[in-house]
Amino acid sequence: MSIRLHGASLRHGQVLALDGIDLCIEAGERVAIIGPSGAGKSSLLHLMASALRPSSGRLELLGEQPWTLSGRARQRLRARVGLVHQAPPLPPRQRVVTAVLAGRLGQWGTLRGLANLICPLDVPGARQALADLGLADKLFVQCGQLSGGQLQRVGIARALYQRPQVLLADEPVSAMDPVLADHSLGLLNRHADVNGVTLVASLHAVELALAHFPRVIGIRDGKVAFDCPADAVTQALLDALYANEQLLAQQPVPGPSLVVQIPRC
Amino acid sequence: MLIPNARDPATLPRLLLMLLALVLLWPGLQLSELNPGVLLEAENRRQMGNFVSAFWPPAHEREFLDLLLEATLQTLAVATVGMAMALLLAVPASLLASRALSLGAASRGGRPGFWSQTLRLPIRGLLVFLRSVPEIVWALLFVRAVGLGPTAGVLAIAITYSGMLGKVYAEIFESVDQRPTHALLQAGSGRLGAFFYGILPSAASELVSYTVYRWECAVRASVVMGFVGAGGLGQQIDLSMRMFAGAEVASMLLTFLVLVFFADQLSRLLRGRLT
Repeated sequence: MSIRLHGASLRHGQVLALDGIDLCIEAGERVAIIGPSGAGKSSLLHLMASALRPSSGRLELLGEQPWTLSGRARQRLRARVGLVHQAPPLPPRQRVVTAVLAGRLGQWGTLRGLANLICPLDVPGARQALADLGLADKLFVQCGQLSGGQLQRVGIARALYQRPQVLLADEPVSAMDPVLADHSLGLLNRHADVNGVTLVASLHAVELALAHFPRVIGIRDGKVAFDCPADAVTQALLDALYANEQLLAQQPVPGPSLVVQIPRC
Repeated sequence: MLIPNARDPATLPRLLLMLLALVLLWPGLQLSELNPGVLLEAENRRQMGNFVSAFWPPAHEREFLDLLLEATLQTLAVATVGMAMALLLAVPASLLASRALSLGAASRGGRPGFWSQTLRLPIRGLLVFLRSVPEIVWALLFVRAVGLGPTAGVLAIAITYSGMLGKVYAEIFESVDQRPTHALLQAGSGRLGAFFYGILPSAASELVSYTVYRWECAVRASVVMGFVGAGGLGQQIDLSMRMFAGAEVASMLLTFLVLVFFADQLSRLLRGRLT
């Protein structure tokens, strides 16, 4: 058992982002989360990563309950979980090599982390992680000089370099072109498959989710709309998932091309 | 503003705040007894004129210049050693006082919890205490304790400036983008690691700029403390003013100008390297 949620809810101020989610993800499973913008996909991944504390309900992560642990033990548990952010939060002045090597800060002691800041300790490791994503030439460039898609790949490289047991990815390819997006998702899936890593990724592009992941979870209004194998996802399920009442009310005559609304950002 | 569709809800509070600021300014003028008219009275004008007319040409005898150089070096040394000692206390205190490294805040969307804030209060209190007493008062105290000379100035600067640096550093840490730090903390990193990898890259240029500015202030402060016997340029200015030697005062003021200009260039250079 890798990740388990028992009636987990999350409140951002007045807004109920997640409403009583029950989920169970086995070790080594690969799962895609899809759903309309603002449905709670990001919140769900942050909750699974123990980055956010559920307002109510329970989270079990790698057989432990992160929110009953002491701070130190929780940090140790978090070091075994990787989270890829949609817009990777990297300081613009940090060099790519440092940003990637920072993935193992949780496993290194503070002194090793400081030494690595003065002189990168594992340049080959960082280069390998970047080379898999076609970014080896950007090793010593500052993060601020990269485009959104390149930054996303640096974020993926950092998470892969961390070598986590659970890899969570929040829209990891939203700023990439279709070919790169396909390649990067393929890489994440191969990495997960080979190393027995549990992979959960939220995606906007339904076709990518169906092509790469054996199991797909649909989220709408903070609730699980469906949870089934990829080949059981039907057009009817998708239409219901992405139906947009507000836009439909404004445009009473939707053209035939608007039947499936898949927002891209 | 009157058309409901284009109304900005922030307009009214902003207008009220502006009015409040103006209303508060008036009693301030009254209380400070500001009256620029006295500057223009004949007697006062003549006094100032006499003093200033002695400024030109600035003193430049060989003997005086040697003295000036020694005093300048002493002033610089007092400011630099004082700052170094202040940093020893300010850096750890700022790390402890800043909410930027709170583990709780990282998993609560940036809002620190009750304990997280309460435990930081004593550190903030210490920093307030350190900087609330002006350095000139500390200097007077230390001149009595350790005798006349630069040591009193160094100690006074170390104490006051550690309070100022600690407070502002802590706030600079909080003002940069917090997401890199939170992401690192959420990935299991320790706090110090998260600070060096998440905050420092964004805060470095701001920190350097403020530190060099404070060093410049420390140079000026050590001059003022010279007046109460803490050595350096201040003591020389005090002596020259008592002897109504305007030319010597002018030379020393020119030295200040050069020092501040130098500090400004240094700050610009370092900032340029860091951005």
